[in-house]
Amino acid sequence: MRKIGKKEINDIATGASLLGAGGGGDPYIGRLIALNAVEECGEVTLLSPDEVPDDAFIVPIAMMGAPTVLCEKAINGGEYKVLAQMVESYFGRKIYAFMPIEAGGVNSMLPFAAAARLGLPLVDCDGMGRAFPELQMVTFTLGGMSATPMALTDEKGNSCIFNTITNKWTEELARSVTMSCGGSVSVCLYTMTGAEMKKYAVRDIITRSERLGSAMRVIKESSREDTEAEFLEITGGYKLFKGKIVDVKREVRGAFNFGKVVLEGIGEYKNHSSYVEFQNENLAAVVDGRIVATVPDLICLVDCNTYTPVPTDALKYGKRVLVVGLECYERWRTEAGLGLVGPRYFGIDTDYIPVEERAKV
Amino acid sequence: MNYRLGIDVGGTNTDAVIIDEGLDVVSQVKVPTTSDVYTGIMNAVRAVLASGCINKRDITMAMLGTTQCTNAIVERKNLVPVGVLRIGAPATAGIQPMTDWPEDLRKVVYKSAIIRGGYEYDGKELNPLDEEAVVAFFSDIKGHVDSVAISGVFSTLRNEQEARAGELARQVLGPDVHISLSSEIGSMGLIERENATILNAALNKVAKTFTQGFEKSLREEGLDNVSLYLSQNDGTLMSIEEARRYPVLTIACGPTNSIRGAGYLSRLSNAIVVDVGGTTTDVGALQNGFPRESGVAVTIGGVRTNFRMPDVISIGLGGGSIVRVHDDGSVTVGPDSVGYKITSEALVFGGSTITATDVAVRLGLADIGDSSKAASIDEAVARKAMDVIRGKVEEAIDSMKLSGADVTVVLAGGGSVIVPADLKGASEVIVPPHSGCANAIGSAISKVSGYYEKLVSYDEIEREQAIKLATNEAVLAALDAGAKMDSVEVVELEDVPLQYYPGNMVRIRIKVAGDLA
Repeated sequence: MRKIGKKEINDIATGASLLGAGGGGDPYIGRLIALNAVEECGEVTLLSPDEVPDDAFIVPIAMMGAPTVLCEKAINGGEYKVLAQMVESYFGRKIYAFMPIEAGGVNSMLPFAAAARLGLPLVDCDGMGRAFPELQMVTFTLGGMSATPMALTDEKGNSCIFNTITNKWTEELARSVTMSCGGSVSVCLYTMTGAEMKKYAVRDIITRSERLGSAMRVIKESSREDTEAEFLEITGGYKLFKGKIVDVKREVRGAFNFGKVVLEGIGEYKNHSSYVEFQNENLAAVVDGRIVATVPDLICLVDCNTYTPVPTDALKYGKRVLVVGLECYERWRTEAGLGLVGPRYFGIDTDYIPVEERAKV
Repeated sequence: MNYRLGIDVGGTNTDAVIIDEGLDVVSQVKVPTTSDVYTGIMNAVRAVLASGCINKRDITMAMLGTTQCTNAIVERKNLVPVGVLRIGAPATAGIQPMTDWPEDLRKVVYKSAIIRGGYEYDGKELNPLDEEAVVAFFSDIKGHVDSVAISGVFSTLRNEQEARAGELARQVLGPDVHISLSSEIGSMGLIERENATILNAALNKVAKTFTQGFEKSLREEGLDNVSLYLSQNDGTLMSIEEARRYPVLTIACGPTNSIRGAGYLSRLSNAIVVDVGGTTTDVGALQNGFPRESGVAVTIGGVRTNFRMPDVISIGLGGGSIVRVHDDGSVTVGPDSVGYKITSEALVFGGSTITATDVAVRLGLADIGDSSKAASIDEAVARKAMDVIRGKVEEAIDSMKLSGADVTVVLAGGGSVIVPADLKGASEVIVPPHSGCANAIGSAISKVSGYYEKLVSYDEIEREQAIKLATNEAVLAALDAGAKMDSVEVVELEDVPLQYYPGNMVRIRIKVAGDLA
């Protein structure tokens, strides 16, 4: 058990922008929401998963909709109380703690606001170990758990609880309601017991995010020039490519941004080329025609000099980036995990080979 | 003959130029920037007038690119208390205004309130404007502030509520109150736009003081005939009245002016510009006459805004970079520099430090100071050092290029003599005359812009016709600002549909720019 204040939140947000693997939305707005809640209501207690009793009622918190809408129309802050009251009266149980569902992007931050505003602890875990585009892409699906009953509310006070037959239906229905509510809503879903959380959640991911963030801050503040090796060591990342963005192809289908960013090598990668395919998050990195990493491993594009992560919606002609691969949560590498978030699910016709194996070649 | 005076305030030097009607440089000076900025500006003006030998009455325009607003924010000086009204409750209450501002700068806000109103992403009303709450807020702060900032959720889509709140502010607080509306200042992203709007309102006094001071001093120098303009970060000019209303738009105009000035001097609209100073070199890209924008938002005094900077990379290389020979025989250049002490520390100026400038003199690339003193550098060392310089510049150029094709490179800045003329990746390397003062020239040749924004229904008017009418309005605004009719062209045009809004509504935004008449 430890306390999370503003400084920790800032570092966690920086780490979360890397764990977004190109998607998840800019944690900036989530960071402000979390900071504001901590300023008004005090620091958040972070619990290690093992400190949670097996029969505790654990409630994940997230936003749904377009992060760009959230950047313009931020939440009211009262949403979490509405959600908590809804699930507590629905289940007839008191919430023991909140947790994030997604460690990458804006959703990594909102549970801090919920925990601060309700005076409840937060568990150091999540359901992805990164960011993913679809609702069912969580470790809890591997445990046969359902996203519903899911509670949803907007900033105006409209709220509802979904009971659906599959997680895909939840996605379908919740997206429609989200659009009607103005494009951005607060939700809690995959409510679970402490035992289930301990069995299926990605553990200690908030602490990892904080370490990544503080390391990135220290590197940024140092005036040394050659920090690339240090960055790779701290993140445990594999250097996949370094290049200049020469083309970005985009296509919006449904709620997703599909696309491909083409890179031309610089430095030691001169005369080599690469591309990275994405669907909100980065899906696969290819160098000189050879796949060097795929989902569910994390493929992160960061600024060559500052290591600031470059999300897929900020990819821009001429920008110079380092492409880094990070190992994903081990359970994603099982057959069931790959069925849910493996390359083939995203339409990439290749077997999954872990990034550290591919890097050996 | 009419002349114009261009001034650019940099971190180290303040540059001033006088250019004629043909936009040719008549006279240029470089003086040290002073801590109050203002004295440096007036020193530069006096010096350039003294060396120009032209009738002061013939100077008809003066353009100033200044860091005064930036400094005021960074140093927290002369900022006025602001009342902040945000329209959007119940949304956005989860992020109070100034949440991530530095403590000392938060004090600039006397009081803030979030009241009901705002719009959804599709242009529907989130809530009608709570006029009673608006009036109550302004009545509450009356007597405490002379400056207000108003922001609203999705006000970049529709700004009627912000405008109405502004009217009410004027009714309550009187006709002299300064009102900053977020829809006139920033783009999408409420918090960053609101931040810029608050800073703008806080700069009200600074803007008044420096515009009046500049105006008065030029008159005292005998420039009675001159119209004044201020450089904006997008490379266009504002009239002095606009600068008083939108002072925050003057921040970050420096790199923009350098790149545009270099482009102008070389008569190019597409090129890579290498601006070599004493300690650092900025490499930027000129695209269709304007600097290419970077994706990084400008953070000023610890406050994030949504203004964009030109895409520039800085490398630790300049005329004063220190050259070192190591034990293994390798040679390094920079990143440390003797900086402004170059005139006493470099070999050619009688000093004892080998600088990049000494190497250039040794190899005959430049004739500066006492060239015999550079002869003590071993030629092999000088060649190695030049290879390092060349390598650094070539790599920076390469990383700014958008394709593998060779590009024209324009060298500018006082330290440009250290860069060789045959660079890999460059189809040609141009060093235009007066390139040492490219920044002040960039300020002097800036265009004026006109802007127009309107919501229209494509059911009622055809797209082509609507855009044509909007363009006309923007052109009229540019002409009003002093643009020459035949030089005005569209530099930005967008029509964004308001989804789920009845009647096929779109928001047309158009920006045109033209040369000053």
